[in-house]
Amino acid sequence: MSSHAATIRPGPERSDKPSYLTDGHTLKSWLLTVDHKRIAILYLAAITVFFSVGGLLALLIRAELFTPKGDLFDSDTYNKLFTLHGIVMIFFFLIPSIPATLGNFLIPIMIGAKDVAFPKINLLSWYVYMTGGSMAVLVIVLGGVDTGWTLYPPFSSTYSNTNVALTAMAAFVTGFSSILTGLNFMVTIHKMRAPGMTWFRLPLFIWAHYATSLVMLLGTPVIAITVLTMAIERVFHVGIFDPTAGGDPVLFQHMFWFYSHPAVYIMILPGMGVISEVIACFTRKRIFGYAFVAMSSLGIAIIGFIVWGHHMYVTGQSTYADIVFSILTYIVAVPSAIKTFNWTATMYKGSVSMDTPMVYAMCFMGLFLIGGLTGLFCANLGLDVHIHDTYFIVAHFHYVMVGSAMFAYLAGLHFWFPKITGRMYSEGPAKFGAIIIFIGFNLTFFPQFILGYLGMPRRYHFYPEEWQVLNVLSSAGAMTLGAGILLSMLNIGWAIVAGAKASANPWMAKGLEWENASSPPITANFDEAPIVTEEAYNYPAQLPSAAHH
Amino acid sequence: MSDQAHAVPGGVRLAHHFDDLEQQHESAQLGMWAFMLTEIMFFGGLFLCYIVYRNLYPEAWQLASHQLNVLMGGVNTAVLICSSLTMALAIRTAQTGGGRIPQIGWLALTLLFGTAFLVIKTFEYKEKFEHGLIPGPSFIDPSGHAAAVFGAEVRHARIFFSLYFIMTGLHAFHMIVGIGMMFWTMRCSWKGYYTASNYDGLEMFGLYWHFVDIVWIFLFPLLYLLGAHATGGGGHH
Repeated sequence: MSSHAATIRPGPERSDKPSYLTDGHTLKSWLLTVDHKRIAILYLAAITVFFSVGGLLALLIRAELFTPKGDLFDSDTYNKLFTLHGIVMIFFFLIPSIPATLGNFLIPIMIGAKDVAFPKINLLSWYVYMTGGSMAVLVIVLGGVDTGWTLYPPFSSTYSNTNVALTAMAAFVTGFSSILTGLNFMVTIHKMRAPGMTWFRLPLFIWAHYATSLVMLLGTPVIAITVLTMAIERVFHVGIFDPTAGGDPVLFQHMFWFYSHPAVYIMILPGMGVISEVIACFTRKRIFGYAFVAMSSLGIAIIGFIVWGHHMYVTGQSTYADIVFSILTYIVAVPSAIKTFNWTATMYKGSVSMDTPMVYAMCFMGLFLIGGLTGLFCANLGLDVHIHDTYFIVAHFHYVMVGSAMFAYLAGLHFWFPKITGRMYSEGPAKFGAIIIFIGFNLTFFPQFILGYLGMPRRYHFYPEEWQVLNVLSSAGAMTLGAGILLSMLNIGWAIVAGAKASANPWMAKGLEWENASSPPITANFDEAPIVTEEAYNYPAQLPSAAHH
Repeated sequence: MSDQAHAVPGGVRLAHHFDDLEQQHESAQLGMWAFMLTEIMFFGGLFLCYIVYRNLYPEAWQLASHQLNVLMGGVNTAVLICSSLTMALAIRTAQTGGGRIPQIGWLALTLLFGTAFLVIKTFEYKEKFEHGLIPGPSFIDPSGHAAAVFGAEVRHARIFFSLYFIMTGLHAFHMIVGIGMMFWTMRCSWKGYYTASNYDGLEMFGLYWHFVDIVWIFLFPLLYLLGAHATGGGGHH
């Protein structure tokens, strides 16, 4: 709109101050750093390890399911595989993925601050995460856990003979890293904004993380107390959720999903923030309906807290509760739809360039559409009884968590790679990897919708022979997906050591992180404190040629 | 990280990433209140369990509540309220420019009350142990003390005692953490960090201390005082 004055600054000249990467080379300068950028890198390293572990477990699961008979693993081992896959991917990859890495790195820079509000607490959160992560590794070393990631009692608290209590404590401890991160983000966004950075000038990435931090703050303590209580019941045989002791196992499910449904929004909201940034940059336009996209993040966070009962339609909770939860679940889809429509509308008459981050963003929109709409199938009281605990559910939530959250993570990693590392990756392999991942992903999970609709239950390692074709497709897809991710990781890894040097603003993007900070940024982020005088995404009407490569 | 913090008048430290003391103060305050919100959600899960089971098993709840020592619980309530007063006075002292000695004096009194609370709580727990009211498997042993007291309600009474120990135990854990932080706060006070222009650390610690007290203010009537009128007056309906 106010495009008469709009320009894109190419970013500062190389500063004479050391970048955050070269400001100290000792191990101590990394492990005791309070710099949000270094902490983001610490998180990135740890998360990559857990992502690899979780991915390998997924490949083992799909390898087993190539054939109808259980020929690779026995039932107990298979139970442990899918349980560990779920726990590692959810608590140690998806929840911290974008917030703890990209969020940590970018939030202070995007709002023009030197650091997050509580740098030491930020470092503490990484150590808490590593403590929880070590406990999870210990669980694997000691022989695993077989309850499913949902840890439902009374199986978990009474009957399982695996390392349930340690798993619960790992989730408990890791939860506090999430709380500390959310606390930091919330206060940072409130109190650390640069002069002129008003609420409605914030990049949508910031709005998404603000909403995420609210969910982290209000939801995570509830899962903490829930799994703690379950673990106490197991260790001391006290009887709270155990029905033989007069307890109510459904109460556990209510408390569990009070967090674990909003947790889905911890996984997806930051991804939506990434997608907003990427689409604005690669269509050279302000996001259509900025305020609606910003408010829809808050809407998702708030309504997301009152839909948990849709995981429990078959538990025998009251029919009236079912109806209310069903209606609310349809309503929570509205803000997500607003975002999707607005991203699409942004692209309309935009100058779209298909660089790797944009390829991932396009994939995201298609996959999130499928993931979101199938969520409405599951919200339906009648249909859910048919598809409950089947592969339909598995396919649905993987479309949201992998097809959406992981694709957004990869979009963000590629988009801000030059900023974080100061180097460029090779565009060809990156794009090729994205397409392989997209094909592999759909091949893995689309057949699972059909399998689920046909009635194949989740969490079994054998199935009737007539379902083998679809299962082989799915397993072949998983191997393709794994290969695509490996290719992309290698490409990124190679670029870290040998990529061409990146300029401060290789995409010619708007935003303080591109226009005011060098690549990689200096420790204090900016040579001079920025003052904000314009809206977010104030792209000029006349297109400058992108100066990358 | 002393090189990253720079001194401003009055010996107050402004961390490297803040523009001014006001921003630092507001951040600390918002952060602390947000943290207390997470604590409310944390204890909230247990209060939810309490409400659900109290509605399911009202008789067991009343019987079990009568096994708690109202005198000890009541004295502890008074002790904690006193500790909140002395905590508030410690902050008031810093706020009005009082020196380190009165600050530390009030903090030491708060420490004394906090410790007294834990000592009394320990005796209470000991009493429960001696009466066989520990909610493990032995609780429902038909020949045990609990079975004799609660009869058919013994399983449900066990849930009450499970929640009693988890809730008061978690509260006591918060008290212990608070006492640990008290020593740190007294050390800062001794070094003269808290002045009329900046006493953030002391104020934030005070907020935590009051929060832990308030949790007890809810725990005491919910756990100790159920159906108290019925024992005296014979059951109003």
